[in-house]
Amino acid sequence: MHPVRRLSLRATQPWRSLRRPSCQSCRNYSQAEAERTVGESSSSNPRSGRTTHFGFQTILEEQKENMVKGVFSNVASKYDLMNDAMSLGVHRLWKDDFIDELKPGKKGPVKCLDVAGGTGDIALRILDHARETYADRETTVEVLDINPEMLAEGYKRFKKTMYHNTPQISFTEGNAQKLDKPSNHFDLYTIAFGIRNCTSIPDVLSEAYRVLKPGGTFACLEFSKVTNPVLSTVYDQYSFSVIPLLGTILASDRASYQYLVESIRKFPPQEDFARMIRDAGFSTGGDFEGKGGAWMDLWGGVACIHRGVKL
Amino acid sequence: MQGHCQRALKLSLASSSKRNAWRQRCMSSVLAYDGHIPLNWMENTFLAVGSAVMALADPRRGDMVAALGETTAGPALPRLRDRMLESAEGRQILKERPRVNSSTVDMKALSGLPEGTFGRAYVTWLDRCGVTPDTREPVHYIDDPELAYVMQRYRECHDFYHCITSMPVSVTYEVALKYFEFANLGLPMTAISAAFGPLRLTSAQRARLFGEYVPWALKCGGSARSLITVYWEKRWEQDVGELKRELGIWDPPEAKWRKPLSEARVAAEKRSAATLQ
Repeated sequence: MHPVRRLSLRATQPWRSLRRPSCQSCRNYSQAEAERTVGESSSSNPRSGRTTHFGFQTILEEQKENMVKGVFSNVASKYDLMNDAMSLGVHRLWKDDFIDELKPGKKGPVKCLDVAGGTGDIALRILDHARETYADRETTVEVLDINPEMLAEGYKRFKKTMYHNTPQISFTEGNAQKLDKPSNHFDLYTIAFGIRNCTSIPDVLSEAYRVLKPGGTFACLEFSKVTNPVLSTVYDQYSFSVIPLLGTILASDRASYQYLVESIRKFPPQEDFARMIRDAGFSTGGDFEGKGGAWMDLWGGVACIHRGVKL
Repeated sequence: MQGHCQRALKLSLASSSKRNAWRQRCMSSVLAYDGHIPLNWMENTFLAVGSAVMALADPRRGDMVAALGETTAGPALPRLRDRMLESAEGRQILKERPRVNSSTVDMKALSGLPEGTFGRAYVTWLDRCGVTPDTREPVHYIDDPELAYVMQRYRECHDFYHCITSMPVSVTYEVALKYFEFANLGLPMTAISAAFGPLRLTSAQRARLFGEYVPWALKCGGSARSLITVYWEKRWEQDVGELKRELGIWDPPEAKWRKPLSEARVAAEKRSAATLQ
């Protein structure tokens, strides 16, 4: 993520003191401009393929999958620690809310596909909720992830639980855009904090539609747009200042966490994503937030739960 | 929206040539060199505290020690740069900006030098400790490129200081060397390491450190010439004794050398295999 040119400031403008633009949006913009150098030179070439975003960078579509895989290979071993550090443990509340909304096991055992499920946070919560609230030991979760290191972390975590070596849990490597699963097979499809990393969201949604049974639920937990301007300013400051530094300090990896916060900004806002879910064929609630709506904001829009049903 | 933001927005909507000029100004004020990560004062403080805690908890995190040094450097780096400008040798270093790593230092040629030269002593020291010149983290958090180079030079010359004072790499001697560097160069990070490093030692090691090595380090470091101004790469053939006399350094009390770490053994085997061919 470094610029193509290296400028010797003393040589060109010795009177200039090096100070960053102090306003956050200017910094974001200039950072985005700096990153875009590589992207623009390739997208202006008529022979290059379609481009997409990787955080604030513009890259070729076929590169994104490998780059995302690389990011998650780097972060896998410290993934859970970093989630706790960055969100100060709040991600646990969000995931608990997500499961409380879905109530897996309430209407009998469910066959669930947890996509981008990596370290198994959602899978474990689904199985525990079914077991503790409904005495359900027939619910199954298949965890699917593109990254083998993340799956290995999930497998290791599940070894410490009672679900290890039971048919209730399985881990497979796969691509959300091209699932190697039969159609009309699952009751519940969950994807938590994973869909923004996928190259083509419409492809993921149409695959989700295909593998769900009629009556099945699609549920997505993802970072989203914060509408409140005060909260938004604080959130931006925190995202762009603290999170990459936490990555540097705890995981020696600034770049992956810089990608993380940039990819959040690139994800479509709540209404647009709800529309994309409807375009894939799902039925959602009304185009508003809250009870009966297509989405539910958590913490003012920092995270958001979108739901759709295949009729 | 602040003034420069409005200007930025206007410029971005203007013609592409103006936009490129604005982008160049923005790029040059954001990223001064490869690997530069600009920080505002809050981020700087956060990183200073975080890296201090992390470096103390896990001293093998070289990147955290480096980050601590950069975030706390403050006015010490301009002072060091001025010391370099005051001497002819220092000015030459600033002009040529030599780097120290295994591609710029010809280890084979140095091990062929006669016994008693500085170059030979350096290679011997590297082998004895089991380290290579490649382990230094690049500078990220210093905004001025020249000061960033001074910081990089200090970091890369640290091994030369080890060699000229005949100190091995275990914690006691690293801390003693930090006292020496503090007396000689004055960087705040050396003071922080000197203050908190001894916490990781046993009381016996601490007693030896403060009884024997620290008095030597402070006296010798304080009276010696500023080592940042020494162009070490031009002194490979110089006799070590003569070099020490010129710089005003005398030997510390005898050090206890441990078994070497493995990285240099691997590098030495590769080197001797290359000479045999």
